[in-house]
Amino acid sequence: MTDKIFRINMTDLTTGIEDVPTAWAGHGGRGLTSTIVAAEVEPTCHPLGPKNKLVFAPGLLSGTLAANSGRLSVGAKSPLTGTIKEANAGGSAAQYLARCGCKALIIEGQPRDDRWYSLTVTPEGVVINAENELIGKGNYEVVETVAARLPGKPGIITIGPAGEMRMAAANISVKDPDGGLRSCGRGGLGAVMGSKKIKFIAIDPRDGKVDIADQAKFRDANRAFAKALVDHPVSKALGQYGTNVLVNIINEAGALPTRNFTSGQFDGHDRISGETMHDTIVARGGKPKHNCHPGCVIQCSQIYNDAAGKKLTSGFEYESIWAMGADCCIDNLDHIAEADHIMDDIGIDSIETPVAFAVAMEAGVLPFGDGPGICRILREDVAKGTALGRIIGGGAGSVGRAFGITRVPTVKNQAIPAYDPRAIKGIGITYATSTQGADHTMGYTIATNILGVGGKVDPLTKEGQVELSRNLQIATAAIDSTGMCLFIAFAALDDQTCLPALIDLINARFGTSLVGDDVVNLGKSILKTERAFNIAAGFTNVDDRLPEFFYTEPLPPHNVVFDFSGEEIDTFWNF
Amino acid sequence: MRVTVKLFAFFRDGRFKEEGREYSTGTVVGDIVDELGIGRDEVGVVMINSLQRSLQSPIADGDVVAIFPMIGGG
Repeated sequence: MTDKIFRINMTDLTTGIEDVPTAWAGHGGRGLTSTIVAAEVEPTCHPLGPKNKLVFAPGLLSGTLAANSGRLSVGAKSPLTGTIKEANAGGSAAQYLARCGCKALIIEGQPRDDRWYSLTVTPEGVVINAENELIGKGNYEVVETVAARLPGKPGIITIGPAGEMRMAAANISVKDPDGGLRSCGRGGLGAVMGSKKIKFIAIDPRDGKVDIADQAKFRDANRAFAKALVDHPVSKALGQYGTNVLVNIINEAGALPTRNFTSGQFDGHDRISGETMHDTIVARGGKPKHNCHPGCVIQCSQIYNDAAGKKLTSGFEYESIWAMGADCCIDNLDHIAEADHIMDDIGIDSIETPVAFAVAMEAGVLPFGDGPGICRILREDVAKGTALGRIIGGGAGSVGRAFGITRVPTVKNQAIPAYDPRAIKGIGITYATSTQGADHTMGYTIATNILGVGGKVDPLTKEGQVELSRNLQIATAAIDSTGMCLFIAFAALDDQTCLPALIDLINARFGTSLVGDDVVNLGKSILKTERAFNIAAGFTNVDDRLPEFFYTEPLPPHNVVFDFSGEEIDTFWNF
Repeated sequence: MRVTVKLFAFFRDGRFKEEGREYSTGTVVGDIVDELGIGRDEVGVVMINSLQRSLQSPIADGDVVAIFPMIGGG
């Protein structure tokens, strides 16, 4: 099936299918969403207005049998950061879109009235439908209702009430094969979908299949690739403990941001750790291992049951657990799991929102450690859109401005996640320079600063951090284009067979002859495309800085500050 | 000398989470790993007093030694 661009205009409610322009042919995933946003969106436009566009793109290898290739990228100008934005997630949607022959789905314009719609995507194209029943409903009800309404097992992309209310922390959720949710979490892209008045997108690939130029070569490359993933020891720990295995090691390193970023260690760390979570899941009959999309060989997701053995949440991630746990000082995993479930249902980012709660705790809105209080405010304020709910739903920066708080951990107005940049300096360079605001996944220096993957760079000194962040940000931009889960990077950094196998997969899929340098150049060009958009939107090098308190407030236990000068940070872009 | 040893992830299986243990002067982290029956090649990260160290690092009285297998996330 030939790949096409599916375009939807929500102003005049028309749809069309277009050939892929030559300049876009070599792109997928983040590379494609960023290329399209940069080409078609006015950088100075209002993110929630008709000039912004919401772009969905499966990765280059999505829809094939390649292991771990089911990531869906979503791009637009972000209402949270004002920068270009890409967020990606697992679930079934990327594989189904690719099997529909959809290289990218571009949603533009905006309805002139207040009516709501849904989209149905098949290999024949896109149909726009009026939607009434599910407006105001949570994501879980959307997924259940749409699955019952449509034949087969459609892929579903949905927004909750937060997206409908255009909250800057609203996310876009993707149904996984078991009816769980994965989130394109960061940057408020759910608000952009809400501004287009689209509640959900259902995807039915029917018998559509992705073309493979060289089947035999593809099969061999996939075998080598999957072996590299399975053989890497990090994959074993990820399958057993999930990403939450990180709580204890980041705490031990003195870099677990605690009590709104005032300490690097949390007394309750072991109670919220991956080890405790694993034992709790097993004792309650949950699933410690679960794949968020077919073909994942790592299985870092899990199903977490409550004390009565009923499913409470799934895809329970380190960063979400850290944010509600250490940052808000909640040491009860059940409270954290309940809040995680509510946030998934409301459709709001489980990093941005709890970091916003920690700032609200510092402001005295509720006490630190008040897990039931977080759940209550999520249900009664955020979900219902009260004034307090909208302030919290606007993210950490929004809470800081509303309550006059100076310790607000954001870069480009996006909340800093689970690794303190004073005690892990490499990640501070990533937070500062990322084209998308503070985001650990943009250049995960934790691998080398803390975990000993891809070599070692001392987390507490300045030496080598800019180069480390640069190399990882370039590699990540390329990986994010393939549809691959970023967790392939652990194997790619250590196992010499992994990256060549990945390039072989791409070449076998498209009949190309890419080499390693082409992949590096792809990563560089994506970063430069994204940065050019931001500069045209009004951002300068001065925006590539951390908040003041990171430079002035020493973080216990190491009592360190972030000490890179602006000039040193700016050398990041010397490539 | 007295040292606190902390183990993480599956290194805890059949061993312990945290224990105060006696060692003689000149002990390095690798000796502790050997004593606990952990393969040196299984060790991913070693910290002494929250600082990144190696299997060759010597320990001192009162140290907190944390031993992790290769783990990742993000």
